[in-house]
Amino acid sequence: MTGYVTPRRRLGLVIDLDTCVGCHACAVNCKEWNTGGHSAPLTDLDPYGPAASGVWFNRIHSFEAGEGRAGRTVNFPRSCLHCDEPACVTVCPTGASYKREEDGIVLVNPDTCIGCKLCSWACPYGAREYDEDEGVMKKCTLCIDRIYNETIPEAERVPACVSTCPAHARHFGDLGDPASEVSRLVAERGGYDLMPELGYRPVNKYLPPRPGRPAPPPQPAEPDAEGLTGFLGWVDRMLSR
Amino acid sequence: MHPALSVIVFTVASGAGYGLLATLALLAALGTIAPSLPLGLAGFGLALALVTGGLLSSTLHLGHPERAWRAFSQWRTSWLSREGVAAVATYLPAGLLALLFTFFAPGRATLAILGLLTAAGAVATVLCTAMIYRSLKPIHAWCNQWTVPGYLALGAATGLALAFAVLAAFGVPAAGPVGIAAIAALAAAWWVKRAYWSFLDTVPAASTPESATGLGRIGKVRLLDPPHTGANYLAREMGFRIARKHATKLRAIAMVAGVVLPAALVAVALATTQPLASLAAWLAALLALAGALVERWLFFAEAKHTTMLYYGAASA
Repeated sequence: MTGYVTPRRRLGLVIDLDTCVGCHACAVNCKEWNTGGHSAPLTDLDPYGPAASGVWFNRIHSFEAGEGRAGRTVNFPRSCLHCDEPACVTVCPTGASYKREEDGIVLVNPDTCIGCKLCSWACPYGAREYDEDEGVMKKCTLCIDRIYNETIPEAERVPACVSTCPAHARHFGDLGDPASEVSRLVAERGGYDLMPELGYRPVNKYLPPRPGRPAPPPQPAEPDAEGLTGFLGWVDRMLSR
Repeated sequence: MHPALSVIVFTVASGAGYGLLATLALLAALGTIAPSLPLGLAGFGLALALVTGGLLSSTLHLGHPERAWRAFSQWRTSWLSREGVAAVATYLPAGLLALLFTFFAPGRATLAILGLLTAAGAVATVLCTAMIYRSLKPIHAWCNQWTVPGYLALGAATGLALAFAVLAAFGVPAAGPVGIAAIAALAAAWWVKRAYWSFLDTVPAASTPESATGLGRIGKVRLLDPPHTGANYLAREMGFRIARKHATKLRAIAMVAGVVLPAALVAVALATTQPLASLAAWLAALLALAGALVERWLFFAEAKHTTMLYYGAASA
């Protein structure tokens, strides 16, 4: 892509690592919607065989962070971050990989993609998956065919992953507008970028897990039987024989 | 990174081809070699065959090779596109030079202009190839100061070794200086690759599992559950791993077979007469190419991608 212009809007996702329960529903609904959507099909090779492998736009990892009481298990959805500095776009030799000026969404034109896979090498986040059957690269479209779709009810005009999340851990909006709900959420909760050191300036933000509850006070020690009198003292003496 | 055979063959063949092409073009420009049918056919023919074979090999890993022509359009931002443009642009002076050198006897000025243009195009194309890798920030083993010198040095070493073999076979007086240049280029390749591997072994990547997830604020991060139990494109393309003990052995093989032995054989060829000289020179060139193939395989196999930080890799 050439003649790059800063997009007017910066549509993206805010993912709450505090509330994500790791159910994979967002990944499943993403696959379901997108296998009939803009970049359809999300090809599966050997789908019912021993070496099933296919294209997904959203993958849910689970990590452990920290040790002992301070440690946490964190479910971690991973998808395209629609970066402001998308190297996947600038390395593309044909211009098939592009970032939209009007909303910042990064897309692939399947008619001009030559399948060289260089964009997937340039993406630090592993957001792009090659469709070996069609010979072109595929990636998250931010459900471009839902968010502007006037044939579905307005409440459903959000990405499939957002609409399906049972824990309300995924939020969609304009991160270029400081007054938007998603921008406020990022400001309130300290939303952050993944691998900021590489300078891709991702649009999507992650909300950190809230600090854990303070460790519970130590359990009271075993009651001491010494010095008991009366009935309990008699029981203690009997049991101690 | 997965070491794709088509890309390894492409980078080694085109590197050697452009090295040979640049050497012959410069010698022609200087008037050190005179136009001749057999030398033109063998020398320029071999150079253009290696370059063309390499470029064709590179299209084998494309999902849509029939659309490869589209890759010439994005030269303003893409090093891959620039490489394509540079390669095609180099064919013009190189083809003309090869044609005139082989079948006609052009004047000194024509040879000088075409020779310099061809040599510049050859160097520019190898530079673009190297920059494709040098510019990829997620791959620490490529995005560093040693990638470009490595590609240029190996292209020069293999190209000069081939040029020496061709010139020695024809008994051209220019073979002597070219042989000495080949030894110098092999020594440079040795030094650059040693520095590159020392860099890989001592300088860690900036990205870590902690920065990839942003969970470093809690503590050390490790993968508990992967997102899927089977393989996927990312694991196949970026999850290639090589045991450290194999890497150490292969580094030694690449250096001994690809640099030390060829340099010694070039020295033997310089000190002996035909037919031993020719035999040693060709053996040197073939060994240098074989060593470059091992080196290029390692360049991919040892490279780690930040995506694997999400799949349990402890470092990138």
